[in-house]
Amino acid sequence: MFDALSEKLELAWKKLRGQDKITETNIQEALREVRRALLDADVNLQVVKRFIEEVREAALGSEVIMGVNPDQQFIKIVHDELVKVMGDANVPIAQASTPPTIILMAGLQGSGKTTTCAKLALYLRKQGKKPLMVAGDIYRPAAIDQLKTLGQQIQIPVFDLGKTDPVEIARQGVEAARQQGCDYVILDTAGRLQIDLEMMAELERVKATVQPHEILLVVDAMIGQEAANLTQAFHERLGITGAILTKLDGDTRGGAALSIRQVSGQPIKFIGVGEKVEALDPFYPDRMASRILGMGDILSLVEKA
Amino acid sequence: GKTRLNLINQLKALVGRGPIDQDAIEEIEMVLLQADVGIDATERIIQALQKRMREEVLPPEEAVKYLKQQMRQMLTIGDPTFAPQRDRLNVWLIVGVNGAGKTTTIGKIAHVAQGSGYKCLIAAADTFRAAAVEQLKVWGERAGVEVIANPGQNTDPAAVVFDAVMAAQARGTELLLVDTAGRLQNKKNLMEELAKIRRIIDKKAPEATVEALLVLDATQGQNGLRQAQVFAEAAKLSGVILTKLDSTAKGGIALAITQQMHLPIRFIGAGEGLEDLRPFSSYEFVEALLSEY
Ligand SMILES: Nc1nc2c(ncn2[C@@H]2O[C@H](COP(=O)(O)OP(=O)(O)OP(=O)(O)O)[C@@H](O)[C@H]2O)c(=O)[nH]1
Ligand SMILES: Nc1nc2c(ncn2[C@@H]2O[C@H](COP(=O)(O)OP(=O)(O)OP(=O)(O)O)[C@@H](O)[C@H]2O)c(=O)[nH]1
Ligand SMILES: [Mg+2]
Ligand SMILES: [Mg+2]
Repeated sequence: MFDALSEKLELAWKKLRGQDKITETNIQEALREVRRALLDADVNLQVVKRFIEEVREAALGSEVIMGVNPDQQFIKIVHDELVKVMGDANVPIAQASTPPTIILMAGLQGSGKTTTCAKLALYLRKQGKKPLMVAGDIYRPAAIDQLKTLGQQIQIPVFDLGKTDPVEIARQGVEAARQQGCDYVILDTAGRLQIDLEMMAELERVKATVQPHEILLVVDAMIGQEAANLTQAFHERLGITGAILTKLDGDTRGGAALSIRQVSGQPIKFIGVGEKVEALDPFYPDRMASRILGMGDILSLVEKA
Repeated sequence: GKTRLNLINQLKALVGRGPIDQDAIEEIEMVLLQADVGIDATERIIQALQKRMREEVLPPEEAVKYLKQQMRQMLTIGDPTFAPQRDRLNVWLIVGVNGAGKTTTIGKIAHVAQGSGYKCLIAAADTFRAAAVEQLKVWGERAGVEVIANPGQNTDPAAVVFDAVMAAQARGTELLLVDTAGRLQNKKNLMEELAKIRRIIDKKAPEATVEALLVLDATQGQNGLRQAQVFAEAAKLSGVILTKLDSTAKGGIALAITQQMHLPIRFIGAGEGLEDLRPFSSYEFVEALLSEY
C-alpha cells in the first residue's frame, strides 16, 4: 500500500548500511529522504522541518546499540519520534462527572462529520452508554434527513428542530438529552471553512451556550498541506480537545495525523475506516507511525535486538 | 505563522535587484510544496527554471513570469471551451471520492445549463449514502431540473442510470447529469460498479457525447493523483472539476494531474451556492496559487 514511501525510506537506510555509526555526514542523505517521504505523505512542510530537526538531534545523541546496524537504529529513531509527536497512547473520549457528556463535531465541508456522529453514537452504545444525536446542520440540503436516516439505521434517537438557529438547536438538544437521562449528546454541525468568519462565530456561540466537554475536529485523511492551517484556525477559535481522522480505509498515507497533533497538541482519538456506521476505530499512534512509514516488519526486528 | 507576502516581494527581499539564487529557488520550492503541487511536479518545475537560469540571468520579476508561464502551460490541455453539444444527447458522468462535492456540483451545472436553454435531466445513481437522493432532489428543485431516482433503498445504481438514459432519449434531453456515490479508489468492487455504469451508458446511448468528470476537492493532497489514475481507468475520465477553491487550499495537485494524466480541468467550484461554478482559467489558478502563502 505504501510502496513509494517505504521504498524511499529503504533507499535512505541503504545509504547507512555497512556503516557502524550514525554521524552528522552519513545522516544527511537519509534525512533528506525522510523529508521527501513525509512530504509525499502530505505532512505539512513546516511540521516536516521541525520533525526533521528532532530526528537529527535524537539520531546524533543516540547510543550505539550492540548488534543493531545504524540503518535499523535510524528507522527506530524516526518511528519513535513520530510516535512521540502523535502522542504515546490512545486517549479515550471524555466522560463528564455529571452526564450528559457533550460532544461537538466540527470541520470542513464533506470531511465526514455527520457519518462520524452516527459511528460515535453506535460506538458509545456498544460501551453500554445512552447517546443522543442532535441535527445542527441547517445549511446543507438534506443534512437533517441524513442524520435521521443514520439514526434509524442504528436505532439511536436524533433531536431536531428543523431549520432554526443552530445555537438554539444545540441548547435544546442538550436539554433534551438531560431530560431523557442520556449519557452522551453528540452535536452535528454544518461544514465550514476556517476563513468563513460568520460561520466560525456561529460555532463559538454554540460552544459558549452548551460548553461541550469534547470538541472534535473531523478531518479527511486525504487532506494535503491545508491540515495545519485548518487545525490552527479551529484550535485558536474553539479550543479543540481532539480530532477524528476519516477515510483511512483509502490508500492515503495520512500524514495529516502528524500535522494535526503537532499544531494543536491535541490527540487524535478515533479513525474512520469505512462508510458503514461500524467503521470507527480508536486511534493508536504507534500504528499510525508505522502506517506513515510502512515499516512494521523492520521495527519488530529492531525491537528483538 | 509566517508573514504572508507576495512571491515577487519575497524573492526581492532575498536577492534585491540581482538575479535569483539558490535561496530564491528554495523559496519558490517551498511555495509550490505548500500549495500541494507535490515533490515530483515541483522538482520538474524547478528544474525547468534552473535550466532557464543557466541560459540567462533572471531577476525576480522575470523568474516569476517564467514560472507562471510554465505552470499555465502544464495546465492547458486541449480546447479550453467546454459545453454540451446542442440538439443531441450529452451524458456527463460525475465521479469522485467521498465528500468531494459531486452532488453540489451537479446542482450548479444543472443551473447553468438550464439557464443556457439546454434540456436537462439528472440521474440519482448514489443509492447508497443516507439521504443522498433527498439532497440531490433539493438541488434539482433549485436548478429547476427533474431528478430520476429509484424510490427503494440500496437499489442497483446501474439500473437507475439505465432508466435515466431511456427517459433522456424519450424526451429529447440534451444534458443528462449522472450523480454517483462517493467511493475511494482502492475499493475494487465499488470501482467495478462504476465501470459497469460507464458500460451501460456507452451501450445504451451510443449516439451520445459522454464526458466522465472527476470531482476533486482542492484541499486534497497527494492522494488526488492516485484518484485521477484509478478513476480514469474505471470511468474513462475526460476531465476534472476542482471544488472548494474558495478555501485557502491551492489545489496544486491539479498540476500533477494535468501533467501526468493529460486531463483538462473543466470547472472550478468556489462556494456552496447555486452560482458558485466557474469555467477553469489557468491564469487565475496560477495567480492564486502563487499569490500569498
Ligand atoms: N470511505 C469512507 N467514507 C467516509 C468515512 N467517513 C465518512 N465517509 C463518507 O464521506 C462522505 C461525507 O461524509 P459526511 O458525513 O456527509 O460529511 P460531513 O462532514 O457531514 O459533510 P458536510 O455536512 O457536507 O460538511 C460520505 O460519502 C460518507 O459516507 C470513512 O471513514 N471512510
Ligand atoms: N466551500 C465549498 N464547499 C463545497 C463546494 N462544493 C461542495 N461543497 C460542500 O462540500 C460538502 C460535500 O458536498 P457534496 O456535494 O455532498 O459531495 P459529494 O461528493 O456528493 O459527497 P458524497 O456523495 O457523500 O460522496 C457539502 O457540504 C457541500 O456544500 C465548494 O466549491 N466550496
Ligand atoms: Mg454533515
Ligand atoms: Mg453526493
